[in-house]
Amino acid sequence: MMFEIFGISSQALFGQLLLGLINGSFYALLSLGLAVIFGMLNIINFSHGAQYMMGAFAAYLLLQYLGISYWWSLLIAPIAVGFTGIVIERLFLRWLYKLDHLYGLLLTFGIALIIQGVFRNYYGSSGLPYRVPDQLQGGQNLGFMFLPNYRGWVIAVSLVVCFATWFIIERTRLGSYLRAATENPALVRAFGINVPRMITLTYGLGVALAALAGVMAAPIYNVSPLMGADLIIVVFAVVVIGGMGSIMGAILTGFGLGVVEGLTKVFFSQASDTVIFVIMAIVLLIRPAGLFGRST
Amino acid sequence: MERVAEPIATSERAPASWSELVAFAVMTLAFVVAPAFVYPVFLMKALCFALFACAFNLLIGYVGLLSFGHALFFGWASYVSAYAAKVWGLDPALAILSGSAVAAGLGLVAGAVAIRRQGIYFAMITLALAQMMYFFAVQAPFTGGEDGIQAVPRGRLLGIFDLSHQMTMYFFVLAVFLACFLLIYRVIHSPFGEVLKAIRENEPRAISLGYKTDRYKLVAFVLSAALAGVAGGTKSIVFQLASLTDVHWGMSGEVVLMTLVGGLGTVFGPVVGAITIIAMENYLAQTGQWVTVIQGVVFVVVVLLFRRGIIGELANALKIPL
Repeated sequence: MMFEIFGISSQALFGQLLLGLINGSFYALLSLGLAVIFGMLNIINFSHGAQYMMGAFAAYLLLQYLGISYWWSLLIAPIAVGFTGIVIERLFLRWLYKLDHLYGLLLTFGIALIIQGVFRNYYGSSGLPYRVPDQLQGGQNLGFMFLPNYRGWVIAVSLVVCFATWFIIERTRLGSYLRAATENPALVRAFGINVPRMITLTYGLGVALAALAGVMAAPIYNVSPLMGADLIIVVFAVVVIGGMGSIMGAILTGFGLGVVEGLTKVFFSQASDTVIFVIMAIVLLIRPAGLFGRST
Repeated sequence: MERVAEPIATSERAPASWSELVAFAVMTLAFVVAPAFVYPVFLMKALCFALFACAFNLLIGYVGLLSFGHALFFGWASYVSAYAAKVWGLDPALAILSGSAVAAGLGLVAGAVAIRRQGIYFAMITLALAQMMYFFAVQAPFTGGEDGIQAVPRGRLLGIFDLSHQMTMYFFVLAVFLACFLLIYRVIHSPFGEVLKAIRENEPRAISLGYKTDRYKLVAFVLSAALAGVAGGTKSIVFQLASLTDVHWGMSGEVVLMTLVGGLGTVFGPVVGAITIIAMENYLAQTGQWVTVIQGVVFVVVVLLFRRGIIGELANALKIPL
């Protein structure tokens, strides 16, 4: 079953839409992590892209040296990388909470340079391939398009993870502590809740989310030390467009922009690298607080 | 809350204090005699980056705006100047001016978008806009893609001075640097500069006093972009090359690092910071990727341990403005 829209075959259109949804999954997961971290720590985590890369590398190294499969990596890599995040928070970030937010940006930028530099030193800049796990090889013919199983899996998992995070933060008791601590840490501490530990764990969780995205990205994009460096800048634009006030906003903006980017690739491919930045500029001119942001 | 570029605790002073005059004399003298001891190409590189850092510092140090996209102005000016000198055969001074003019135009557009938000968002927006223009540079035919614009002629300045002569080139770069440095100094000590500092300290109060702060911020942004453009244009004439490195986010990060190391919001800090970082990179060039790692370590150490930077600490210890 084939048809054409504006002279573009349905295969090409749906193919790019799918690719857009995949990119959107990563935008959503990463901007979600950024929003969660920013909410608690008031720090924009510039090393988020590097930590996403670490997740992908963790999966690659686990398979390469220990023969540990994709499925275990999906669990181990986020925990391991999340743990490095906890160490970073305890060693460095906690000294910055009373300072101007910009110092957090500068410090995490430095950390990103260190991480990416170390990996580049050992693994060069070219990509390392990571095989799609056997259980997810092949694909489904949906009639109007071919859906590789792995890509469907990525979209499904990221939707589940995004909504689970949203549910935990917006609908559970733990989440209400978190939101309360974001509003007024001193008061929440007075109620006997260990806010510093919550901050540490939040950073670990945000980093783990980035690493999880990295593991899922490994079979799609190659594993390379700079895979997160350019991505994080796009995610920053996504965050500016969505506004960091709302978890759901981050998720919707992430997926939405991925789709817009995919469509741009079909209709005006030269602009596909820049379309998100253009949208950011337009949103800033019309609605400076972002689509889901509260005006400051 | 401790702010970025906190003011140094000294008594309010006459426009030019003796310490700044002495420091300026020392700096100028050092740059005049330096070519006798140091490789001039290294010095010219340091001067270009010192100017770039001073232009950047005008925003972060005096308006409190952290631009993470200054490579946009540096890099695009570098392309335009290189193109003007090579393809149109313009005089080097005119080539640099045209680069700077384009940077100012880009600054007007980018600034108008970016000043809609403050703080961290401002940094992310400038970074994103710079990345957008990086992709344009990759695709646009005139930038030469991966190769960049190579073999840019240095030409004859005003038709008289042959810039292919190393020392002539050096003193031209020094003159450009000193002129822009003095311009920045004049701006930050003018009534306009005082308003900028008021915005840095407390924007709502500045607004309540009747200042249209957005306009002030935009003018400062354009000025900073134009001066970063002068730095980029001069660099492309000196090295006869404009390339993607100059527009990449790594370059934006580097100028942040230089200014931070020297001291945010100090007059001489960016110069010292630029020389320090360029010297470090030169010295470490053989170690390959470790340069990035060491840059990262410097970021972390400076942010955690001495946020005032080299000159900031010095000024604070001596209780004088520098």
